[in-house]
Amino acid sequence: MAHDQKLEIFRGLLKFKSNTQKIWGVLIFLSIVTAVEVVLGIYKPHALTHSYFLGMKLLNWIFIILTLVKAYYIAWDFMHLRDEKTALRRAIVWTPIFLVAYLVFILLFEADYVYNVYKDGFIKWNF
Amino acid sequence: MDSTVTTGTGEENVWGGGNQPLGASYGKMMMWFFIVSDALTFSGFLAAYGFSRFKFIETWPIADEVFTHVPFFHGNYPMIYVAFMTFILIMSSVTMVLAVDAGHKMKQNAVIWYMFLTIIGGAIFVGSQAWEWATFIKGDYGAIETKGGRILQFVDAETGERAALADFSKIIPSERTEHERKNGVWFYDEGSRPSFSLDEVREGFLANPSILIRTEAILQEGEKSGEKTLLTREQSLEKIKDGKIVVQGANLVRNEYGSRLFADFFFFITGFHGFHVFSGVVINVIIFFNVILGTYERRGHYEMVEKVGLYWHFVDLVWVFVFTFFYLV
Repeated sequence: MAHDQKLEIFRGLLKFKSNTQKIWGVLIFLSIVTAVEVVLGIYKPHALTHSYFLGMKLLNWIFIILTLVKAYYIAWDFMHLRDEKTALRRAIVWTPIFLVAYLVFILLFEADYVYNVYKDGFIKWNF
Repeated sequence: MDSTVTTGTGEENVWGGGNQPLGASYGKMMMWFFIVSDALTFSGFLAAYGFSRFKFIETWPIADEVFTHVPFFHGNYPMIYVAFMTFILIMSSVTMVLAVDAGHKMKQNAVIWYMFLTIIGGAIFVGSQAWEWATFIKGDYGAIETKGGRILQFVDAETGERAALADFSKIIPSERTEHERKNGVWFYDEGSRPSFSLDEVREGFLANPSILIRTEAILQEGEKSGEKTLLTREQSLEKIKDGKIVVQGANLVRNEYGSRLFADFFFFITGFHGFHVFSGVVINVIIFFNVILGTYERRGHYEMVEKVGLYWHFVDLVWVFVFTFFYLV
């Protein structure tokens, strides 16, 4: 794979001269994203913790989206998925995404139901 | 990159073996299959964590208040050390990918150095995790557990800060006979006990009017929503009667931070991840020596470095998710 590496990220917005430069560029990007996460995690801006979207705090949405962004760049550039054949890449990426989305949906829905049983049912837990 | 699959030149070659329709060697494919299955295992753990958390959404501990320590520094620094660990792991991922890159160019010395740095980064991470575990197990403020298994923490009303048991507990002199091995056939040792008895904490609490009780319940509305409920002195005096056990630190049965499952998941998920980092370091060391011995130089390619690199990046990838779901959200 030494000669056919794709050297651009952000859909071609940023092009690097060599693979080494691309690696450092991705590192800087990942560090910035992590720094943003940590700063938000420490200060927890009131505007983000008190507004909700689809039942979840905006801050948590931001954290999850930034995590997926980081995961994308780790997989695409560090694990060279960008240079693999499309079929291999899709087999690797979509299989877990489908299964995990399914599992998370089921478990979180069930957990919310159990929460409501504890809350409204006749179960004493706070004693 | 070709968008179509090449199946060789003639009919007999299709089934003749040696085809790589996905453009990846057997070893690399198997590493990817392993990574996908391992990713599903970790997802199962994290989804189970989400299940328990949603189940106890109004009483779950707040991670910012649990992980506040930095080695060699006193004080309250939430998130800082975990952010440092994250950065170390990303950094070692970068040196790993640089090693792979140097391998493509057949630069043996560069591969040796980058592998070495990767191993150092992994060792720092595992060490940090061990320290984090030790701090978590030791605990810092201490708490009281009620009959129903709820955790009651203490706050100093004057400063608004958490109050440690040692700050207000009264030392009541008492005699205690230690159970010994010679007195019981099946008895080994007593294990660890909290530094204060329930009576000492209770008496100290009654004698200090500024100490209030903080319950697990997270306020759902109002200006302070998102914070734990702070009882008034009258409510606290009533609540302390429910106390049954003094809890300091954490183990698999109970912990001073709140929900029992919180510590269980912490040990299980970060432990499983730490085990991956540890095994990754071991595999990296093996490959490191192979590079020094010139094994891959003789073989003509450094694909083995790329394969362990995949595993190493996967460990980093998992940590990104553990970081988010355990420490941030």
